Amino acid sequence: MSTITAPATTQTDQPMHRRRSFGAWFKDKGWRHLVGVVVTIFAIFPLLYVLSAALNSNGTLVGTAGLFTTIDFGNFVDLFNNPDRPFAKWFVNTLVIGLVTSAATVFLGAMAAYAFSRMRFKGRRVGLLSLLLMQMFPQLLAVVAIFLLLNGISDVVPWLGLGSQLGLIMVYLGGALGVNTYLMYGFFNTVPMSLDEAAMIDGASHVQIFFGIIMRLVTPILAVVGLLSFIGISSEFVIASVVLTDPDTQTLAVGLYSFVAETRSENWGVFSAGAVLAAVPVMALFLFLQRYIVSGLVQGGVKG
Amino acid sequence: MTLAPQTTDDAAVATSPAPSQLKRRPRQFKDHGPDSLKGILVKIVLLGLVDAFAVYVMMMLFMAQSWVVLAIAAAVTVLINWIYLRKGGLPAKYLAPGVFFLVVFQVFVVLYSGYIAFTNYGDGHNSTKEDAISAIQIMAQTRVPDSPAYQTSVLDQNGELFLLFTSPEGVVTMGSATEPMSTVTDAVTDGSGKAISVPGYDTLNFNQIIARQDAILDIAVPVSDDPAQGSLRTPDGTTSFAFKPSMTYDAATDTFTDVETGATYTDNGEGAFAAADGSQLSTGWKINVGFDNFVRAFTDPTLRAPLLSVMLWTFTFSIASVILTFALGLFLAITFNRDDLRGKKVYRVLMILPYAFPAFLSGLVWSGILNPQFGWLNQTLLGGAEIGWLTDPVLAKISVLVVNLWLGFPYMFLVCTGALQSLPTELDEAARVDGAGPFRVFRSIKLPLLLVSIAPLLIASFAFNFNNFNVIYMLTGGGPRFEDTTRNIGSTDILITLVYKVAFGQGTGRDYGLASALAIIIFIIVATVSAISFKQTKALEEVNR
Repeated sequence: MSTITAPATTQTDQPMHRRRSFGAWFKDKGWRHLVGVVVTIFAIFPLLYVLSAALNSNGTLVGTAGLFTTIDFGNFVDLFNNPDRPFAKWFVNTLVIGLVTSAATVFLGAMAAYAFSRMRFKGRRVGLLSLLLMQMFPQLLAVVAIFLLLNGISDVVPWLGLGSQLGLIMVYLGGALGVNTYLMYGFFNTVPMSLDEAAMIDGASHVQIFFGIIMRLVTPILAVVGLLSFIGISSEFVIASVVLTDPDTQTLAVGLYSFVAETRSENWGVFSAGAVLAAVPVMALFLFLQRYIVSGLVQGGVKG
Repeated sequence: MTLAPQTTDDAAVATSPAPSQLKRRPRQFKDHGPDSLKGILVKIVLLGLVDAFAVYVMMMLFMAQSWVVLAIAAAVTVLINWIYLRKGGLPAKYLAPGVFFLVVFQVFVVLYSGYIAFTNYGDGHNSTKEDAISAIQIMAQTRVPDSPAYQTSVLDQNGELFLLFTSPEGVVTMGSATEPMSTVTDAVTDGSGKAISVPGYDTLNFNQIIARQDAILDIAVPVSDDPAQGSLRTPDGTTSFAFKPSMTYDAATDTFTDVETGATYTDNGEGAFAAADGSQLSTGWKINVGFDNFVRAFTDPTLRAPLLSVMLWTFTFSIASVILTFALGLFLAITFNRDDLRGKKVYRVLMILPYAFPAFLSGLVWSGILNPQFGWLNQTLLGGAEIGWLTDPVLAKISVLVVNLWLGFPYMFLVCTGALQSLPTELDEAARVDGAGPFRVFRSIKLPLLLVSIAPLLIASFAFNFNNFNVIYMLTGGGPRFEDTTRNIGSTDILITLVYKVAFGQGTGRDYGLASALAIIIFIIVATVSAISFKQTKALEEVNR
């Protein structure tokens, strides 16, 4: 930017773009751009790095020194041709476990939120308080007990015990009434009661009101809760690693960890390819529903 | 749960007549179930499925002879049926499914952790004393001198391994680790007279035997139901030899005697048999040890010092993470809180990418970037420097914090942006009229208001980071290891990764009792911190509305 001082004139200032000095521009806006660029580099560099490593079939950690020096899809081919580490199966397992769990979570949570929002009963306040407190204690704290409980279930009902995906889903559903119910409860309260009453006068039963009116009006929050729980479950490592022992039943989190757990540098390229494939769908969903998620986050915690 | 009586307008409105068995009552919300035919059918089918499953589980429990669990299962089944078949009690009908899972997999497992914390449950202590005694007799065996060799084939049925023996006299028998030897009549033999397969079982070939050699070497097929009779074992999957117990158990005195040395082992009261010199037999049994695990955590020399550092680091890590992410997030929110900034949207999208990236992958990706020998940072950016980003205790801690900052600042940026925009602008203007500069306005007006609404999130963020397993385990695995302990504990371990390592770790053996005791300690810490801070912020006001 050149700084030209306008010649002093006795006429009135013409309506033209006022040139500011570089210093003034920087003080007002320039530093904000500088911060933006620096933080953006910090934010996206690791993502670019993993993408570059995925497209570089040298495959070892040492080979990924440059960024985007070679581009080919050798790693992706290797990823799907390794019978000991069935990436495609992990992907499907993660999808199935995630979808089933998040759908059931949304349903159980919505039913509970409906009860808390629309009915008055003994124990309601205590129940709401407990839900709020329960958010503080993640399930993984009890991972030892969960492992031993499933071990005991294995002796009685083998297809629900250790090593079973259904068993894992059941464990995850233990957290269904956690954070999400409170979020939904707040949202349900914004649906006016007069709608319920009108429907009741028309002879609708509580089931019809729940499915026909409430569930339809709160669809956005259901989507957000479903997505948040899906993202959470697809990243869950501790319980999944303890429950799922057979590589064929494992999820992406457990499987991809096993890629780099022992020899971190050898499988690096293939691991990166797997990481890219695992991350892209989640990130796309996230950015697509960004607005809803952000409002959900803020509503969940901030009063008002 | 009972319903407070609630009156609604009792407008008698004609509905589509539903041919139902229920007596028609005046319409009143919340005191009866659905009375349409479809509703009843759905209800009956669902309840039927639940009951069918419950009966199946109860039969299994009956066969396993676990009477206590059977009684509980029966009670729960009755309760569920009562909730859904009675009239009224509507809230329970909506809450029951979620609460059921909550009680079993969240409340019960925490209580169960509490129980395990007071036992010596773990490797070598995972069953009853009777089981331990027979296991010792099976395990402690030596080969009978000059005994004949039995030709052997390894069979598999649904994953369970069986050994098929052909004695020198040509008698064919088979058995497994749990089933004593029994004679086989329908075995297929090869030319030499060695039995090689049995209908209904798969015979393992040489490669399969190599692949499962550890399991095959562990098989000791009891000769009969009496462990004292000895067993057959195979060192290579093709021949087996007779083994006799080297330990004899005397039920009258409750002691084991070593046949060769003559040493006697007695019940030492700690869930194991021990000799006079204190040496223990490796197989023990589960007993209640009271506060022993908690005492051990704070007195055992291999645990005490590392555990204190781990606790200190856990607090440092979670508090520093909250402060760092909040500071950066707030700074960015203020920086970009301008409508006339070009490219604001682009910055925002790029900055929240780390938050959208799956959390478990972040630690792994960063571990590659920061790898001291081959990592991108040392190799490319610093020209081959050998800086121990993950191997030096101090640098590893800093690395963990930086990576967690990368993971966490977008969330704080979003939340702070939302909170800033919801602040009333009049205050700002009033303060400026009174002559306050922008910095003063921020410090005295905006920040306090912001903190009021964001405090609950900061507490939740602290609780989350306190148990932030993924970032630690994926990035450093808790390392670099402490040098003053034989246990696998390191400088960046937090309590939850320590629990995982103690319970499921490789090499040191599994100690469920100690791991649960540590989990209970975490539980107490988080509960205390949350309770105090929530009292401070009165975040629970919402519920009182």
